[in-house]
Amino acid sequence: MALLEIDRITKRYGALEVLSGLSLQVDEHEVVCLIGPSGCGKSSLLRCINRLEDTDSGEIRVHGERITGKGVDLDRLRREIGIVFQAYNLFPHMTVLRNATLAPMALLGQRRDEAEARAMTLLKRVGLAHKAAEHPDRLSGGQQQRVAIVRALMMNPKLLLLDEITSALDPELVAEVLDIVRTLAADGMTMILATHEMGFAREVSDRVCFLWQGQVHEEGTPDAIFGDPQKEKTRAFLRDLVKAGRL
Amino acid sequence: MAMTAAETGGPTPARLHRARSVLALLAALGMGGLTALTAWRIGGYAMAQGIAPVLVALAALPLLAACVFVARLGVLAVLFSRAGKKAAEIHEAREFGARASLRAWNALAWSSALAILLGLAWLLALNDAAVSRTFFDLGLIRRSAGAILSAFTVNIAIFVLSFGLILVWALVVAIARTLPGEAGRPLRVMATAYCDLFRGLPAVITLYLIGFGLPLTNLPVLSSLSSTAYAVIALTLTYGAYTSEVYRAGIESVHHSLVSAARSLGFSHAMTLRHVVIPLALRTIAPPLMNDCISLQKDTALVSVIGTIDAFNQSKIIAANDFNLSAVTTVAILFVALTIPQARLVDRLTRDMAGRRAAGGA
Repeated sequence: MALLEIDRITKRYGALEVLSGLSLQVDEHEVVCLIGPSGCGKSSLLRCINRLEDTDSGEIRVHGERITGKGVDLDRLRREIGIVFQAYNLFPHMTVLRNATLAPMALLGQRRDEAEARAMTLLKRVGLAHKAAEHPDRLSGGQQQRVAIVRALMMNPKLLLLDEITSALDPELVAEVLDIVRTLAADGMTMILATHEMGFAREVSDRVCFLWQGQVHEEGTPDAIFGDPQKEKTRAFLRDLVKAGRL
Repeated sequence: MAMTAAETGGPTPARLHRARSVLALLAALGMGGLTALTAWRIGGYAMAQGIAPVLVALAALPLLAACVFVARLGVLAVLFSRAGKKAAEIHEAREFGARASLRAWNALAWSSALAILLGLAWLLALNDAAVSRTFFDLGLIRRSAGAILSAFTVNIAIFVLSFGLILVWALVVAIARTLPGEAGRPLRVMATAYCDLFRGLPAVITLYLIGFGLPLTNLPVLSSLSSTAYAVIALTLTYGAYTSEVYRAGIESVHHSLVSAARSLGFSHAMTLRHVVIPLALRTIAPPLMNDCISLQKDTALVSVIGTIDAFNQSKIIAANDFNLSAVTTVAILFVALTIPQARLVDRLTRDMAGRRAAGGA
């Protein structure tokens, strides 16, 4: 059974329909990249998956269990689906370490020493153990984003959503963040990435989905989508990227 | 008419500020004359009233010294302006002009300040020193200080108790006003109604209604409290409404992306408030909260309307007995002395916060 099944969901903001009957399945340990022009619904889709936004119709299931509609324990659902935001959104009044340990201690009942031990292990993995006692405003964008990934991982999510996590970064800081995503993919973390980094999408993902007008317009292996796209809109989008020097 | 540099092809001529300098010198000399006259007349009167010549000299000498200082500025301004005219070289002339301008502005500013001080001195001294004797009868101030100070502890007690209660009560109201969703609506509406009511009611009316109304109700406990307790209740109700608005502004100033981040980790609304929103809100609201605190201290004087013997009421009793308001002046001075340090603290907090925001922190 697929880990995540999205079944013809729609999402409207007033008169604007951003998702129009979109369907998508993601298997365990799969890395799926969402690409497409701005406003095509990538971010909205991710925010619907962990219910930061409500869908207007259709159904989303995690391990076969419906998570859309009423009667869903959202706080419990969100513990299992991590998200990393474009703007990091670290808690500015807490140290890096506290940012990481707050949720597992308050929500999973972990003791301080075990939460901190795990946080230090993860911070070491992303090369930021020495920043544990700093506040986020003392860190570069790339460092903050790595901490945000650690904060999400602390809850041991079974699915990680990455919402354009390198879009706010200076170009020279992008690599350090993508390196971590690469490691996570190698470790078997199930991930959905909305991204503009096409080279990275091609390298890291098992499947690429091109979103257009609120639907998955074309999907396939990275080689198929980037090497031999079938649909005209996909080709036009990739052509524009090549013209802009981004592919 | 002077030609601009573009028209003549030469450099812009130096501005020497001659008129300004002369005006500054005249103003300085005029103030010197007025100050001397004032010192002579008022000082003479004070000594005739039996005030020690040493004290008169102590008041007059700084004023006269200030006059000398201002006159010196005026003279310098004129001298620099003339030196600029004689200067052989344009840049040198400009520098003299700039110096003349600076001295002239300084002299004018100091002259204005002196004029205000002289005006106040004359206000106190006119009509046989009626103003000073009405408001600043040193003998009465000295005699009544003990009674006023001990009554002022009532103001302090009312302030401390109500401020403690307000901090908690206003937070409760603010949280009720920001409750989300359909289920939160009844409490939201109640909290909004409370704020509208008590922000609209003048504090003195609330005090009056509670202080004289509750004792008439014969309710257990509530009808038999001390007037100090009624004052605390009334001030808490009034300021709770204001302060809850401050809290609410703080809560709403926390960026929604941080709320999203907390909710996405699985925090409930209440836990998000506790761990993220309120700690962040408290930082931004410290200055407005201090302003409410200062304003509350002053409004403790309102309790005199319900008969509490606070410093103001005590001073009014003394004023009525002596036909002199100097005891009230003591109270005024106490309130001002209490609030000035806090006003400076608010300024500092605001500046620190602006600095932090400029540095990109939160």
